[in-house]
Amino acid sequence: MKKIQLTILFVFLSILSFAQERGAEMADIMRKEGKIYVVVAVILTILAGIIFYLIRLDNKISRLEKENSQSKNL
Amino acid sequence: MNKWWWKILAIVLLVYTIIAGFLSSVPRVSVLNETIRNLYFHVCMWFSMMILFTVSVIHAIKYLRSTNLRSDILSRQYAVVGIVFGLLGYITGAIWASYTWVDPNKSAFESFGAIAREPKLIGAAIALLIYFAYLVLRDSIQDIDKKARISSVYNIFAFAFLFPSIWIIPRLLPSLHPGGEGSDGNPGLNYKELAPNMRIVFYPAIIGWTLLGVWIATLKVRLSFLKEKTLLNR
Repeated sequence: MKKIQLTILFVFLSILSFAQERGAEMADIMRKEGKIYVVVAVILTILAGIIFYLIRLDNKISRLEKENSQSKNL
Repeated sequence: MNKWWWKILAIVLLVYTIIAGFLSSVPRVSVLNETIRNLYFHVCMWFSMMILFTVSVIHAIKYLRSTNLRSDILSRQYAVVGIVFGLLGYITGAIWASYTWVDPNKSAFESFGAIAREPKLIGAAIALLIYFAYLVLRDSIQDIDKKARISSVYNIFAFAFLFPSIWIIPRLLPSLHPGGEGSDGNPGLNYKELAPNMRIVFYPAIIGWTLLGVWIATLKVRLSFLKEKTLLNR
């Protein structure tokens, strides 16, 4: 009886070894049900803001350069 | 400099980095878990910094050969943007470390000593301080030709120091970063050691972030040229 109990106990304990690499606690359940898209959307919005600011600066400088070269030619 | 194709490319690559960076699959590693995605952000900052500093030193050498002050302005602005990326890399590294290198059984403050001894952190801090000294050096000299000449020479030394400080010595010492003594691997530089599903995001990400840095640097350069022109006209 004791042998059978020990065997069953060890079989159940061996399942713990699966906790090592396979379930390395990735953000599967919570994230992959839609919340990851919120993260992506937020970061894309921040990037969009930065890019729009850069484009605005770029256009301002282009305009200044054109004015500058025109006034020099006069 | 007013060409727009590479700016569009920068935007496309960055959007790809962010979308693929979070939605693609990554290797499941213990301790790091999902933070392994930080490779596309924290590590890219350092790579972009290296490329920007390389452009800066090339212009410094160009100045020394031609004494054309244009090259000196380019050299300075690329170094400035490189410093910004380096600082961002440092800060993102500190955030990352506070989740992964910290001993979860103690308060975060008690791990500070162990993390502060990390050779790559010390090396990167010294390298950034040397580039800050480059800016201080520039501001301390009034004569523009002398300023350009001396700071160009300093730029070459500052660039040369990056390699032993950030790349070579940290690999020779026991380190928490991958590649230190006693640990294998160099996932940043050796493509065979980086998982394939990470490679397809990592390399475009480097290009995207670098192009963003180049864009910002060219804007600063164009502004400097405009300022110089108005000074000369007055």
